Amino acid sequence: MEHYDAIVIGGGLVGSAIAYGLVRARLRVVLLDEGDMAFRASRGNFGLVWVQSKGDGAPHYQRWTRLSADEWPALAAELEAKTGIAVGHQRPGGVHLCLSEAEIEARHAMMERMRVQSGNLGFDYRMLDRRELADLFPGVGPAVSGASWTPYDGHANPLNLLHALHQGFAENGGRHLPNSTVTEAGAAPGDFRIRHADGEISAPKVVLAAGLGNADLARHFGLSAPVKPLKGQILVTERARPVLPMPITTIRQTVEGSIMLGDSQEDAGFDTSQSPAVMQSIARRAVLSFPWLRDLQIVRAWAALRVMSPDGLPIYDQSERFPGAFTANSHSGVTLAGAHVNLFAPMVAAGKLEPALELLSAKRFDVSVAA
Amino acid sequence: MVPAGASAAAAVLAAGFESIRETPVDRSERAPYCMMGVCFDCLAEIDGVANRQSCIIVVRPGMRINRQTRARAIDPKVQ
Repeated sequence: MEHYDAIVIGGGLVGSAIAYGLVRARLRVVLLDEGDMAFRASRGNFGLVWVQSKGDGAPHYQRWTRLSADEWPALAAELEAKTGIAVGHQRPGGVHLCLSEAEIEARHAMMERMRVQSGNLGFDYRMLDRRELADLFPGVGPAVSGASWTPYDGHANPLNLLHALHQGFAENGGRHLPNSTVTEAGAAPGDFRIRHADGEISAPKVVLAAGLGNADLARHFGLSAPVKPLKGQILVTERARPVLPMPITTIRQTVEGSIMLGDSQEDAGFDTSQSPAVMQSIARRAVLSFPWLRDLQIVRAWAALRVMSPDGLPIYDQSERFPGAFTANSHSGVTLAGAHVNLFAPMVAAGKLEPALELLSAKRFDVSVAA
Repeated sequence: MVPAGASAAAAVLAAGFESIRETPVDRSERAPYCMMGVCFDCLAEIDGVANRQSCIIVVRPGMRINRQTRARAIDPKVQ
């Protein structure tokens, strides 16, 4: 039996961010990864570090997202300094394009709600008309009527982020166990034993960050993680010279030049197959937004499963029955990396989640408790 | 000279060129590698269009195969 200060189950963007934050706080941490058989939401991520669309009707989520985005520049710099890996973070602001007057009205109303709900935090946005958009984005299509813009949005390279977090974790003494599915779990307050294929580990703290796998794992630790898959598909074009000055909700150009196109949502269970119809609708909206995209070749496309809670907001909890057991789920592993490393991990290290996260507990799904 | 039906990449290699492109990120040299359309190392500008996978394009007399030195240039004004 190997003993650690903390066990993190799940080595994707959420787990590796938390694990990195914990080793930085000088805990001895083991990070379990399932391997290729896992659902691996992290491989599907688009790469937005996105604020403007998050938390309409949920000011606590808006705040958490904003705090995370504000931590991002320091996190990116720290990871590059420590590991040599550049995560390609840029924060030029971002736009959400509207392809009709109705879309503009709905978006404007949403931005106003976000501003009112933000209270003291504030929410700075602008609605851009066609002329302003054309100045920012040469070649914007005639079908585009306007857009919302905020200064808080940006993007990064999710693969490099995952790599940097893992490397930073290992360089700080973290132990990574790949291909180590949890086969048995025993829980007592402050005392957790996990059996995996190659052995047994124990620690006074455990963090469940296994994405869709959390739904099953949670019950062993007196926790609840009611997450379900939501399929998304992405298209990637050949590399082009820089042409997009800032990311759009469904279109971003990487540092290397590839242009990534999204954003689709399908309730298809655990099926990860691609479908021409969805790919066509992604391509159609992209070409309406920027007609010049029509001439680019698509070199890669994939589908992946987001980890979606019933209301789309993250779930963070500490078990009441087994204190020391934590769970973390979100579908925005890139955006929330700043918060997971710099805010959530310190809470786990301290043994207590802060009041800011109370409304993101899974208790909110239990109607009898919430009433 | 290559047999009819050979790829543009094969023609470039047969002509003795040691590389076909420079990478867009750090300008390092690359030559065709997998010769079956999956590695993207054979990218060349063919008949004026950049980023063509030369290993899956049949070479023809008069075909203009140019070294690709940067990522493809996009003119956003072209609609």
